Amino acid sequence: MFKDPFDPKTLLKPRCSCGGDHAPADHARLSAVPASDEQRFSRVVDAAVLRAVFPVDAQRRQFLKTVGATTAMAAISSVFPLATAREAFAQGGAPEKKDLKVGFIPITCATPIIMAHPMGFYSKQGLNVEVVKTAGWAVIRDKSLAKEYDAAHMLTPMPLAISLGIGSNPVPWTMPAVENINGQAITLAIKHKDKRNPKDWKGFRFAVPFDYSMHNYLLRYYVAEHGLDPDKDISIRSVPPAEMVANLRADNIDGYLGPDPFNQRAVFDGVGFIHVLTKELWDGHPCCAFTVSKEFATQNPNAYRALLKAIIEATAYASKQENRKEIARAIAPTNYLNQPETVLEQILTGTYADGLGAVKKDPNRIDFDPFPWNQFAIWIMTQMKRWGQLKGDVDYAKVAADVYLATDTANMMKEMGLTPPDPSKKTIVIMGKAFDPAKPNEYVESFAIKRS
Amino acid sequence: MTTLKKSLGLRAALLSLLIFAAIVGLWQIAAQPPAASGPAVDPEYAKLVGAAAATGAKSAMPTPADIGVTIWKHLMDPFYVKGTNDKGIGIQLAYSLGRVLLGFGLAALFAVPLGFLIGMSPLVYRALDPFIQILKPVSPLAWMPLALYTIKDSAISSIFVIFICSVWPMLINTAFGVASVRREWLNVARTLEVGPFRTAFKVILPAAAPTIMTGMRISIGIAWLVIVAAEMLVGGTGIGYFVWNEWNNLSIANIVTAILLIGVVGLLLDQGLARLTKLVTYPE
Repeated sequence: MFKDPFDPKTLLKPRCSCGGDHAPADHARLSAVPASDEQRFSRVVDAAVLRAVFPVDAQRRQFLKTVGATTAMAAISSVFPLATAREAFAQGGAPEKKDLKVGFIPITCATPIIMAHPMGFYSKQGLNVEVVKTAGWAVIRDKSLAKEYDAAHMLTPMPLAISLGIGSNPVPWTMPAVENINGQAITLAIKHKDKRNPKDWKGFRFAVPFDYSMHNYLLRYYVAEHGLDPDKDISIRSVPPAEMVANLRADNIDGYLGPDPFNQRAVFDGVGFIHVLTKELWDGHPCCAFTVSKEFATQNPNAYRALLKAIIEATAYASKQENRKEIARAIAPTNYLNQPETVLEQILTGTYADGLGAVKKDPNRIDFDPFPWNQFAIWIMTQMKRWGQLKGDVDYAKVAADVYLATDTANMMKEMGLTPPDPSKKTIVIMGKAFDPAKPNEYVESFAIKRS
Repeated sequence: MTTLKKSLGLRAALLSLLIFAAIVGLWQIAAQPPAASGPAVDPEYAKLVGAAAATGAKSAMPTPADIGVTIWKHLMDPFYVKGTNDKGIGIQLAYSLGRVLLGFGLAALFAVPLGFLIGMSPLVYRALDPFIQILKPVSPLAWMPLALYTIKDSAISSIFVIFICSVWPMLINTAFGVASVRREWLNVARTLEVGPFRTAFKVILPAAAPTIMTGMRISIGIAWLVIVAAEMLVGGTGIGYFVWNEWNNLSIANIVTAILLIGVVGLLLDQGLARLTKLVTYPE
């Protein structure tokens, strides 16, 4: 307190209570850990610029001590466009194409793709993305193949089918990110509320969104495990998601394994009830994906990276429970899903009405995880094989690695400060039966009900 | 005579009004939500579902009053743009009309000259007949996958589908009209040594014009039917997309609004061509 103020070693300024050599007012600025990507990126850029201006570090410190950080920053900004440099660095090279069209089907699986628009994840990457609502999976495939869309929301089996040339001409297609895991359900018409055992379902007419969908494979798997042959004992038809509730109401179908919001919507309108969540068949199964053609990814590497980054960031944001209500509000309007907000909120938060008078709670009803496990692709191909969609031999591991770009996603996640999982460590257990991705052929052979 | 005619018109209008009132009245009564009779549900559950589902019923049909409110809302603000997938109903109708007029115009440019040639030559008429007869009844939705696959552009595909569906009535009617021009008129032209081109434009065209216009009137009706189906399939913009998007949301009130507007626009198109037909009609 009473030190000699004329001694050059004495600090007259009040010192910060944290013990650091700075004024309390500067504490927040100096000790803050960069919270977001931008802050981290701008630290890196600032450091590079200062190193260039002051090759000798002692000079930099001297300069900063003399004029203060704020003045120094202003001074450097006046001769060097710091803000622009930070932006350029954060984008990792300007995208070749800024105006992009991304197609989506109005279902909650597409949440990251859709919410990235109103919540600004695309514009943060310097992209001007138009998200275009599309009527059905066949149309989204054809519009993507026709290059009307730069990237599109597809079902996880679709890029595999397109690459293999099943149901279309073979075009190399890639899937750098999964959108959602879980989040589907089997919905039955209210009149079947006493037929909860699949063994009683003989003659039922079911709908799935598309032939090449997890919905189709999971429904077939589920009834087959209960001893029904999905091609003989029940009928399965392909109906666009949006038309499922209307068909259930019109008694055209007895139920469907469909994407949300249409399971919850059937409950909301008193038309159906949720029989089982797909999560109870296979916890953590993939459903929908963010896909681009191989051509787009190679011709526009920067735009592709920026897009993927926006999607991964949006997916990470969506995976946090506390953000889910805000997301429901963002994607409910006519421009996006066109659904009552409460329906979306029930799906995303997992506190929902089951259609039979009970309120159920399952926070993992839907979850978001971008990592495109190759094991998923191999499982999907075993089912294509099992049901006769895929004929002849296939190099499971190679096709999986070509289409499901796990390495790209892992690198991108690392760059963004997220921790990618170990790509070899994934256990898949479906209705109690384990799947070994190293032995796909044996797996197909192990089923009693199959077409191949 | 005139007073009788006037009173007939008046009576017809009155009857129309009465029928309208009866339909709306019956609808209003039929669409009344049933009194809550179902088992009382947990209030927490009721909050999560629609009002009808909370009483154990299916969501009800909207009443005419609900639809009136919806129509009013759309008519008050027909041209808003709230993003790529949410535009006002006026803009959607304009997109659809643009597509129809483009497809129909192209079809007319193609069908009328070709129909003329076919009608002039009985040989060509017979040779092309099987093709026309087979392609004519094909539904627009059957053309769509083929169009998307080959043209690789959804906007052009829907215009192509309009084209292919509206081309046949015009083609057939033009050929028929040209083929059935009275022999005597052609003979008179020949006697007067009128050249083939002058015969075509001065004799055959005016003679066949009413039939050609009737073909056009049928075509524009078909084109307007087709566009809604095509847009529902392809999506993006247009009144068909609007219907599909509201179907997503099971919003019957919006769909009924769209149905009424589609009807009104179809009526206007038909009446427009009927006026044109009257202009070229001649007394025998």
